[in-house]
Amino acid sequence: MRNIKYLITGLLFGIVLVKSEVISWFRIQEMFRLQSFHMYGIIGSAIVVGMISVWLIKRFQAKTISGETIIIPTKKFHWGNVYGGLIFGLGWAITGACPGPLFAQIGSGFGVIIITLISAIAGTWIYGLLRDKLPH
Amino acid sequence: MMDFLKHPWPWYVAGPLIGLVVPALLLMGNKALGISSSLRHICAACLPANISFFKYDWKKESWNLFFVAGIIIGGFIATQYLSGNHAVDINPKTTALLRQQGVNDFSGLLPHDIFSFQQLLTLRGFIFVVLGGFMVGFGTRYAGGCTSGHAIMGISTLQWPSVVATCCFMAGGFIMTWFILPYLIHL
Repeated sequence: MRNIKYLITGLLFGIVLVKSEVISWFRIQEMFRLQSFHMYGIIGSAIVVGMISVWLIKRFQAKTISGETIIIPTKKFHWGNVYGGLIFGLGWAITGACPGPLFAQIGSGFGVIIITLISAIAGTWIYGLLRDKLPH
Repeated sequence: MMDFLKHPWPWYVAGPLIGLVVPALLLMGNKALGISSSLRHICAACLPANISFFKYDWKKESWNLFFVAGIIIGGFIATQYLSGNHAVDINPKTTALLRQQGVNDFSGLLPHDIFSFQQLLTLRGFIFVVLGGFMVGFGTRYAGGCTSGHAIMGISTLQWPSVVATCCFMAGGFIMTWFILPYLIHL
């Protein structure tokens, strides 16, 4: 039951993704062609709000609802950030969806995207298989 | 109110709401926003195959699977009950360009003439649905995150590797859109 709050947060997040048309292939095309501010506005303002929130959490040493100290995991640089980032970017422009929107598209009734999701899971699995052989 | 909800939401409403997911997850239980991780947990849960990358206690991360299940339900609710059913109001220049490249269906959120089960057995459909998905799954895990984990969570917490990753996401997207995609759409 303790996971229900994450389900509800995801649900609200999914509604926002659909209502702001972030899950639209057309919006992603527009973004990469620099023909609209919409997507840049969304990602940019999300980062600004996230940044201010994290700053406030640190400033007031806010605790979680169960009283734990909030820990923000640090990300260490590796060359996968670059190589993987480029591969994801190439794929993002084709599918017009990053992982979040894939789930929202499926919920919106685009059945064929289940195949895209399975393929993305397969991609993740192949990465896990080849991980030691890939440059990082 | 219902009228507002049914129209597409502007960026200055949607963006801040997405940004608020970051503190919401931290305050609920020290969870870092990141959606592509769910794909890893699904691998770990369903087909770990003795691969070290998938040998961990995925059940401890099950919140993430609840989160993505929520996204699916949210997508359903938004489309069924909060939708005005109009075409996406994109820049006419983008429409003209895509039409010229061979996209004909502008009626929904995705072009049905590319993304459909009927198209899956064509080379173009296979590339857009299957190959594209594979690159998203492989690339995000290799990069250690996607738009949510790196661009939003990572940059919000001032981590420079996430800035690097986000720049690479955008670079890959620009290369695909400007130099490769026109040929793929034309297939």
